[in-house]
Amino acid sequence: MNQVQVLTLLVLLPPLISFAWNGVVIPWRRAGKPAAWLSILAILTSFVASLVLAKTVLASPGPYSWEWTWLPFQNFKPIIVGFYIDPLAALMLVVVTLVASMVQIYSLGYMSEEPAGSLGRYYTYHSLFSFAMLGLTASASLLQIYIFWELVGLCSYLLIGFWYQKPSAANAAVKAFWTTRLGDVGFALGIVVLWAHTGTFALPELFHKVEAGQIATSILALTMLLVFFGAMGKSAQFPLHIWLPDAMEGPTPVSALIHAATMVAAGVYLVARIFPLYSHAESVMTFIAYIGSFTAFFAATIALVQEDIKRVLAYSTISQLGYMMAALGVGSVMAGFFHLFTHAFFKALLFLAAGSVIHAMHTNDIWKMGRLAKPMKQTAIVFIIGTLALAGVPPFAGYFSKDEIIIKVVESGMVLPAIFALATVFLTAFYMFRVVFVVFFSHREPEGHPHESPAVMTGPMWFLAALSVVAGFLFKGLFEKFFGHAAEAMETAQEAATAASHVPGWLPILTLILALGGILLAYLIYQKEAISHERLRAQFRPVYVMLQKKYWMDDIAYFLYRRVLVGGLSVICGWFDRYIVDGIVNLVTWLTRKSGEILRLLQNGVVQDYLYGVIFGLILFILLGIF
Amino acid sequence: MQHFPVLSLILLAPFLGALLTMFQPKEAYYRVRIIPAIAAGITLILSIYLLLKYDRSIGGFQFIEHYPLIPQLGISYHLGVDGMSLALVFLTAFIIFTGVFASWTILERTKEFYTLLLLLVTGVFGVFVSLDLFLFFLFYELAVLPMYLLIGVWGSSKYIKPRGIFARMIQEVGVGTKEYAAMKLTLYLLFGSAFILVGLLTIYKVSGLNTFDFLELNAHKIDPRYQKFLFPIVYIGFGVLAGIWPLHTWSPDGHASAPTAASMLHAGVLMKLGAYGVVRVGMQLMPQGATEWVWLVGTIATINIVYGALSAMWQMDLKYIVAYSSVSHMGIVMLGAATLNEPGLNGSVFQMVSHGIMTGLLFALVGLVYEKAHTRDILAMGGFGKRMPGIATFFTIGGLTSLGLPGLSGFVAEFLVFLGAWQAKQWYWLVPGVLGAFFTAVYVLRALKIIFWGPFNEKYKDLPDAIGTEWVALAVLSGVLILLGVVPFILLHPIDVSVMELLSKFKGVLP
Repeated sequence: MNQVQVLTLLVLLPPLISFAWNGVVIPWRRAGKPAAWLSILAILTSFVASLVLAKTVLASPGPYSWEWTWLPFQNFKPIIVGFYIDPLAALMLVVVTLVASMVQIYSLGYMSEEPAGSLGRYYTYHSLFSFAMLGLTASASLLQIYIFWELVGLCSYLLIGFWYQKPSAANAAVKAFWTTRLGDVGFALGIVVLWAHTGTFALPELFHKVEAGQIATSILALTMLLVFFGAMGKSAQFPLHIWLPDAMEGPTPVSALIHAATMVAAGVYLVARIFPLYSHAESVMTFIAYIGSFTAFFAATIALVQEDIKRVLAYSTISQLGYMMAALGVGSVMAGFFHLFTHAFFKALLFLAAGSVIHAMHTNDIWKMGRLAKPMKQTAIVFIIGTLALAGVPPFAGYFSKDEIIIKVVESGMVLPAIFALATVFLTAFYMFRVVFVVFFSHREPEGHPHESPAVMTGPMWFLAALSVVAGFLFKGLFEKFFGHAAEAMETAQEAATAASHVPGWLPILTLILALGGILLAYLIYQKEAISHERLRAQFRPVYVMLQKKYWMDDIAYFLYRRVLVGGLSVICGWFDRYIVDGIVNLVTWLTRKSGEILRLLQNGVVQDYLYGVIFGLILFILLGIF
Repeated sequence: MQHFPVLSLILLAPFLGALLTMFQPKEAYYRVRIIPAIAAGITLILSIYLLLKYDRSIGGFQFIEHYPLIPQLGISYHLGVDGMSLALVFLTAFIIFTGVFASWTILERTKEFYTLLLLLVTGVFGVFVSLDLFLFFLFYELAVLPMYLLIGVWGSSKYIKPRGIFARMIQEVGVGTKEYAAMKLTLYLLFGSAFILVGLLTIYKVSGLNTFDFLELNAHKIDPRYQKFLFPIVYIGFGVLAGIWPLHTWSPDGHASAPTAASMLHAGVLMKLGAYGVVRVGMQLMPQGATEWVWLVGTIATINIVYGALSAMWQMDLKYIVAYSSVSHMGIVMLGAATLNEPGLNGSVFQMVSHGIMTGLLFALVGLVYEKAHTRDILAMGGFGKRMPGIATFFTIGGLTSLGLPGLSGFVAEFLVFLGAWQAKQWYWLVPGVLGAFFTAVYVLRALKIIFWGPFNEKYKDLPDAIGTEWVALAVLSGVLILLGVVPFILLHPIDVSVMELLSKFKGVLP
């Protein structure tokens, strides 16, 4: 085994071992704290290993891949599982282990009020999630990605429903599973069809085949579109985004890890991972660009009116994922993946900070908070850092990555996505600073007695805050070096189309003005109260209602589930089965029984009746004999 | 290869167990339970031995035992297993072993119960290891009949409010009672047997070999003109037991009324007898007939998948939900068979095993929940997860297997069938197949949510979790599900060998 193999196993195995141990040794799990420490120890080991792995891989990029047979075939090539490590995977491993470590440490404080048994269960799920997410990242085949893809979905389901006795949490958990599963129907169909036409799931082989032009364009477009449906479900792209805001019912650290930084980014990662395939399916790329940019804009508008601090962040996550998708759609892996990278840090940070607020206030409603900057200074500072990063203010991390995306989208010459992308900059700055001003600075007195969170919670927050500041300018060169390549290849393919559009020099300045404008407007409305937000609300009532109702998307989904599926198709089938299919069976039974009852009258045991019968028969025979 | 008569021992162990149990005094609480447990344990060990010793580089039927019984008619005692039947023997051994433990709490006529259970399983093993069609049919009937008594005596009744245009009739025939269920199931299966008997005798006659021996018939090519109408006869005959639509309605009623171990065996193993029969007798002996008719087999299978899942969604009785999920999953088995290609048939056989183990687990769990909460109506439950965390965990594992979650065996099976479906002539079968998996996710998670999640119902504050021997079935079956989900090749290697042999008969037949 070479060094990369050993390191990959060192990244993957500790969470698996922790999961297996915590899962099987029940007293250990029930004790709570030991399970937590084991899980944290495991993920920290993985983190260190992933850093070393990243260093190795970045020094000599590979790609490294090795595989084993999983399903034997004779007529076909056996189906393999294995690992495929290149800079993309290595960096993603670092992101996952880093955020997961921080979140697990933070959870020690956040979940301190849980009973020991629940705490053990919580960390067991966390270990499984880490393993599945890392496995997804390091997968060497599409099938294997699908396997771990479903497993992270399972963990998401289990952790959203962690407080399973709360009906809202239970409903949110199943909704998340169903919605992503609906997308996965596409994913499954896509890889099955792709396998039928290429005979393999292995990534290196697929890349090779597509480069050699051995996959028909129509098949490639079809399968990539189907696979993208899976990515839409997981990365909460319109219209399959509906599960993510509800997923906020889970514990806040879970939202930070799974529903902000890692699992929801899996869809983006998937597209980036098999980008060589996507780049040969241009029509699908355009579709991705439109879906992504529309989602970015669409979710940002809903975030404007949310009153639950976590839901603002949730819609913001959807919006940012839309950005990443848009970047991939216009052919820039670098911009998309770079934004995934920075977003993981500052969005996890924002969630952890929001968790710190919720932990202190025991409410999610921003209107019940106010002036928290004073009692919770550290939380306020890190939250503002995260917000600045998200809003795209230099020199914070988000500025670099978002700028890159906007440049690439404008460069592509697609008008609508460009408008969406630019408008979202303004909206993002506005809705985030709305929260900042209302929660941390407004004149309202907070309810209860808020207090700063313990060091076990603030520590991870500061760590992520530091990364949110520096990750942008520190790593931009790195990303350009390793992923700029794919973008170039795409550009040459599209050169004719995009040659006309040049990026104007004033574009970065425009985005900055938009961001600052958003901040200023939020300041005027929510801090200075120079413009009354109540009056605004009254004035634009139809728009407000539409946003408040989230464009009725949830209602449509509920209608489809409740009335069409469960209350419609299933009733028809169930009823048909019980009363028609089985009804006919019972009819036969009933007829048999009835005819038996009637014929039984002939055998009534009365001798006279039999005699009548005999005589009647005799007469009949005589008559028959005569004629 | 020299070996001791493993297969005869597998047949004898439950049969002698049944005899021994029968002659125990009624009061011997432990003896009437330990003897069946040991008998089942022996078969379990022997079946694992078979799996380890089966030489897949040679393939074909192994562990052959051959003694003539009635040479004049070409009937002989001929046993042997190939990869396919091996997988099913493995399945049966696990289900009977855990079924014995799942029935531990039966107090009424215990020894008769275990006697019948072991007799039934003797029949099941017999079907899987027979290489003589006469013997095959004999064991088949032995497997079908004890179920009548098991349901009729130890079953449970449930009042079903009659509605709809047949309401009066439904009331009069007694839908929902155990006697009704037992009678319906038995009549249905005997109806199927009639077809099978006709099919087998016709094969015997038209082959002109004057033998029931499977290997000889397998080597012989049956006249394609006969195959064309023989295949549907055999398909309907075995299909009834495999729960093909619209001949499936015996299965929800039967499974719902049967006692736990009987449901486990029936849904877990007996339904596979049907599917196995279609593949073994139908497809292997009549490739031309099968090719001619697969469009029907596959279409009905897709109906099974989607229709079964949607019907399960409508049910509010836990046992009916699991029973309809069997109808849906047997659709996957039949769809895989209908693809007539390597991934599809591998998936089909693997799904037989996977679904058998899974549904065994689920019925064991339903039995436990019913025993403790005294209700099967899921709407009356709620928040059980707090009081029975163990049962909730295992139920989740079973449910997740059912919806095809990777890492559990159901995924491997379903995915293989999907791979096969796209390559079949009727590629569009893939779509209902995958959609069925989605619908399964809907009803399974919905049921789990209603039963185990949500606010805790104070009425059930004294609800106990599983205890003692009750854990055996849950732990063993869940373990197998995970094992087969992670390392499916331990079973797929032998299955693949036999599937390839089966497919070699289709060379030149398939376009």
